[in-house]
Amino acid sequence: MNKIVPVVQMDDIEIGFPGVKALDRVSFRLFQGEVHALMGENGAGKSTLIKALTGVYSIDAGTIVVLGESKRFSTPAESQAAGISTVYQEVNLCPNLSVEENILLGREPRRRGSIDWRGVRARGKEVLAQLHLEHVDPGSLLSEHSIAIQQLIAIARSVEVNAKVLILDEPTSSLDAGEVAQLFDVIRELRDRGVAILFVSHFLEQVYEISDRMTVLRNGCLVGEFMTRDLSRISLISKMMGKEMDVLAELDQAPVRIKSTSNASVVPFIETEGLGRKGSVSKVNLSIYPGEVVGLAGLLGAGRTEIARLLFGADKSDQGSIKIKGKPQKLRSPRSAIDANIGFCSEDRKEEGLIGDLTVRDNLVLAMQASKGWARRIPRRVQDQLVDEFITTLDIRPANPDALIRNLSGGNQQKVLLARWLVTNPELLILDEPTRGIDIGAKTQIQKLVAKLASKGMAVLFVSSEIDEVLRVSDRVAVIKDREMVAEVINDDISEHDVMAVIAGGPE
Amino acid sequence: MSPLSTLTPPLKKSSAIGYGRLRGGARYAPTLATLGLFLAMFAVGAGMYPSFLSGQVLLNLFIDNTFLTVLAVGMTFVILTGGIDLSVGAVVALSMMVCASLLQAGWNPSMVIPLVILIGGGLGTLMGLVIQYFDIQPFIVTLAGMFLARGLCYVISLDSIPVTDPFFTSMAQARIPLAGDLFISPGVLIAVAVVAVAFFILHHTRFGRTVYALGGNEHSAMLMGLNVKGTKVAVYAVSGLCSAVAGLLFSFYSLSGYSLAAQGMELDAIAAVVIGGTLLTGGTGYVLGSVVGVLVLGIVQTFIAYDGTLSSWWTKIVIGGLLLVFILLQRLFSRKTY
Amino acid sequence: MKSLLKNRLTWPLVALLALLALNQVFRADFLALRMQDGHLYGSLIDILRNGAPTVLIALGMTLVVATRGIDLSVGAIVAIAGAISCSYIASSSDPSSLATAGTAAAIAVVAGLALGVWNGFLVSVIGVQPIIATLVLMTAGRGVAQLVTGGQIVSVSNDHYKSIGAGYAFTLPISILITAAVFVLAAVLTRRTALGTLIEAVGINPVASRLAGIRARNIIWIVYVFSALCAAIAGLMISSNVTAADANNAGLYIEMDAILAVVIGGTSLAGGRYSLVGTVIGAFIIQTLTTTVYTLGIPPEVTLVFKALVVLSVCLLQAPAARNALRRFRPAPKLPAKEKVAI
Repeated sequence: MNKIVPVVQMDDIEIGFPGVKALDRVSFRLFQGEVHALMGENGAGKSTLIKALTGVYSIDAGTIVVLGESKRFSTPAESQAAGISTVYQEVNLCPNLSVEENILLGREPRRRGSIDWRGVRARGKEVLAQLHLEHVDPGSLLSEHSIAIQQLIAIARSVEVNAKVLILDEPTSSLDAGEVAQLFDVIRELRDRGVAILFVSHFLEQVYEISDRMTVLRNGCLVGEFMTRDLSRISLISKMMGKEMDVLAELDQAPVRIKSTSNASVVPFIETEGLGRKGSVSKVNLSIYPGEVVGLAGLLGAGRTEIARLLFGADKSDQGSIKIKGKPQKLRSPRSAIDANIGFCSEDRKEEGLIGDLTVRDNLVLAMQASKGWARRIPRRVQDQLVDEFITTLDIRPANPDALIRNLSGGNQQKVLLARWLVTNPELLILDEPTRGIDIGAKTQIQKLVAKLASKGMAVLFVSSEIDEVLRVSDRVAVIKDREMVAEVINDDISEHDVMAVIAGGPE
Repeated sequence: MSPLSTLTPPLKKSSAIGYGRLRGGARYAPTLATLGLFLAMFAVGAGMYPSFLSGQVLLNLFIDNTFLTVLAVGMTFVILTGGIDLSVGAVVALSMMVCASLLQAGWNPSMVIPLVILIGGGLGTLMGLVIQYFDIQPFIVTLAGMFLARGLCYVISLDSIPVTDPFFTSMAQARIPLAGDLFISPGVLIAVAVVAVAFFILHHTRFGRTVYALGGNEHSAMLMGLNVKGTKVAVYAVSGLCSAVAGLLFSFYSLSGYSLAAQGMELDAIAAVVIGGTLLTGGTGYVLGSVVGVLVLGIVQTFIAYDGTLSSWWTKIVIGGLLLVFILLQRLFSRKTY
Repeated sequence: MKSLLKNRLTWPLVALLALLALNQVFRADFLALRMQDGHLYGSLIDILRNGAPTVLIALGMTLVVATRGIDLSVGAIVAIAGAISCSYIASSSDPSSLATAGTAAAIAVVAGLALGVWNGFLVSVIGVQPIIATLVLMTAGRGVAQLVTGGQIVSVSNDHYKSIGAGYAFTLPISILITAAVFVLAAVLTRRTALGTLIEAVGINPVASRLAGIRARNIIWIVYVFSALCAAIAGLMISSNVTAADANNAGLYIEMDAILAVVIGGTSLAGGRYSLVGTVIGAFIIQTLTTTVYTLGIPPEVTLVFKALVVLSVCLLQAPAARNALRRFRPAPKLPAKEKVAI
């Protein structure tokens, strides 16, 4: 009977940030005793919805009803007082404090104004025992424990307040299989006790294993609410990506790109074996030949960016090996990757690409200048030559080398960043979402450019969330799922549907 | 059914309790190292100069450093949150000047003392508010506070003002006898009281634990629903209050007010806190550690005074060297922990 | 007009001119310059000359701040440089010769460079936060200076040495010429090479800079060495001006003035774009403020109160912009601790 009234009911929620509508009239219901998965690609509005519910963001419009009471949260404390607890991906606890303190911080039992440390210990033990964590010493520092245990301690904190709603935001992203199983046992136990659990994860298989129902979001809008058992993996994916399967099937035409068949190189430019990094990705076996475009396909958050970063030394790998032109090589830093003639355009243009307050010229020659060192400044004449050349060939607008790059449109910023690497003449260019958020004209230009670069002998790794785009530009496609590389297909007459079937994890 | 009992315990954790105890010890390691250093210095001193090994030498460390102790207490609060307060030396001087000038004007100490404390706390609160609500770095705000307080000293008077108030002189001269012919000054009692209160606040109140949480991870503390804003302002208020109390203690000690007094004392306070084992990045440290830090600074001075051949500037060099060693240790320590 | 208002040098310049005008109102001969024995005299020259050490140190500080760092040790380096050169002169066999003065200055400058290498080592190699790394030398440095001078104020009588801080050449005080030379050196060093661009890149976006392959370690090391070099030259100037090394008081709080000058000059303490010209203007604003306080008949020590007000108002002016950018868009920046602004 409790199932009739939702514990949380959010209706027509709207949240906007400067220039973006993060949530557009999204409604959401969460019932007692269910595990509810919130699905969507990165940027679909999952985190925003969670943050609206936890009081980190305040909503611009809409209503939130928790346990029958209309609420408007403006701080996390208010949300917590209403019985909502959240466990975030990057364990939001204090590493410098003890386990018991982290469970009870802000709610320590007190006796005459003074914290009752015996009470804290007793309560801490009690709560840990409820989660079968008897072996964790409540007095030990949080930082001594593995991420898995820290997650569970964060859950213990919400158990302690008798939370009615438990939000788990990507709780499994840095856990191994065994640890995930333990976590799921706890989740099921809490569910059976009547806690409403909201589960967010990029791991499709985990969602199918643990959730009862799911809500799918796309581009800040609600797609729908489904029973997990009624929704096949492939239809979930198509709902997340916004493409109906029959439509996709119709679109299944011959890829536009003309493959470079003259590829006679025997030695790949780069070859990885079992490459991985703990808590990030694993089992990456990838080789890219000169003159070849390899696409990385997979859902957002599946581990594509992580692979790109490993290949550029932006993150250090701790498993497997990399060979460059047949010789084993360690890529410890971007610097060492650049010295091996690799270039990398990050998916996060603003935070990891642009030097916003510098000019187009400075940004364009930055990687080349960095390679030469500070003392050997690229002469102004050469700079002008390079900048003019790329402004013309890439059609960068405004064609003003002295404009600050932050004032350019996204597409033009992306072209400058591409040019930054092209001037260094790399043998491998890694492009992570090079066409995200830019207009269709610039997008086509960039796709054409990639094909042209490959035909001139450059190896390209092309990462994109748009599978049709990956298929259009790539010779081969590596499919990533749940942080592992699961397949590699030659792109002769495969369709978007085939790739999605691989992602969904079975022949459909 | 206990699903988690199979969870593999982390390495080395053969006995949870034993391990916990060991780690508990490791948590105090920096402070214990400082204490060890202090004892070693005391032992070396005793070995070199027979008169060093007396209770009074030890007590004098407290008597001569009451104000620095109180300052270090306030600074500990600020540094635990990951902030810094450069204004403390100047606020000490301002407190002394306000005190001396009002007493000279015939005010009663029972009026002057609360007023001085109010000014110190008020200045601290003001700086805390600017830091929190305008989001300006503590370094710059407290630097402005330092300029302001020091400037106000000069506005009050450019010259030294003697304090002749009977209450103050009696506080300066009073000796509280202990066992044997040992004695302490009333200032020591006040400093000990401040330390005790601070210890209680930091370890036995929710405010104190929030200070630690803030230094551990401000964002987490916010998400955990703790009062981050209020706490951040409050630590600067506490530091301001401590500076005022330190100013009063310094007045008892020196019986004057002088604009140039306590120059650079903020550095001594920061050094004492760091040497006492508090991480400058916040979140880890103990107020008792800071007291030991003050004692180490004190014994360095005593040492140099006893030696006779060593000049006073060695104090600074040694303090700088100790600071370096402890910062490098912290660097090593924090790399391992997080 | 709009671009003039937007230019970040406009407001500091307006402030400087307003201060000068205020002085002119109170003292009619304030702006007057006169020639005497082939030397230029006047209040403006005094401001330039008295402000020279602060300008020097602020120039070095500007580059440090642009990389998101800070150098608290410059005051101590001033004391050490003065102590070393004066002690050398006082103990030399020919304390009044040009060679002695030259050697003394050279040794002091080399010592300054060494201290800069030390600071840079702690920050860029060991990875200590700049404020803490330079705090070590700030604390120990004055002790070292006293060690060198033996705790005395070491007076020297060497006309050549004296001319560094008090001499004249081409009708102008030599200290002004030295400062101008260092300014030119800094400008050439940063703009004729790629150093300036790389410093700004590292300060604006350390993550993107790393991904572009910039070796931040070398860049950061260089700015601390340059900062220490400037401080050492300022130390020579200050000690030469009074023909004595005062290990306790030489350059006391000059680091604060220098940081203030940098901030007033429009370089944000959060790093990034810097302006050497702005810093020079900022330093002269501080010096003129001191002079103004004199002119108005207020005790000079009270200048500190005005400085406090200036710092606060400059910071408050800069704050809302920074706040708007940070706050609404990303209430919870997920920067790892080491990438926070190191202050």
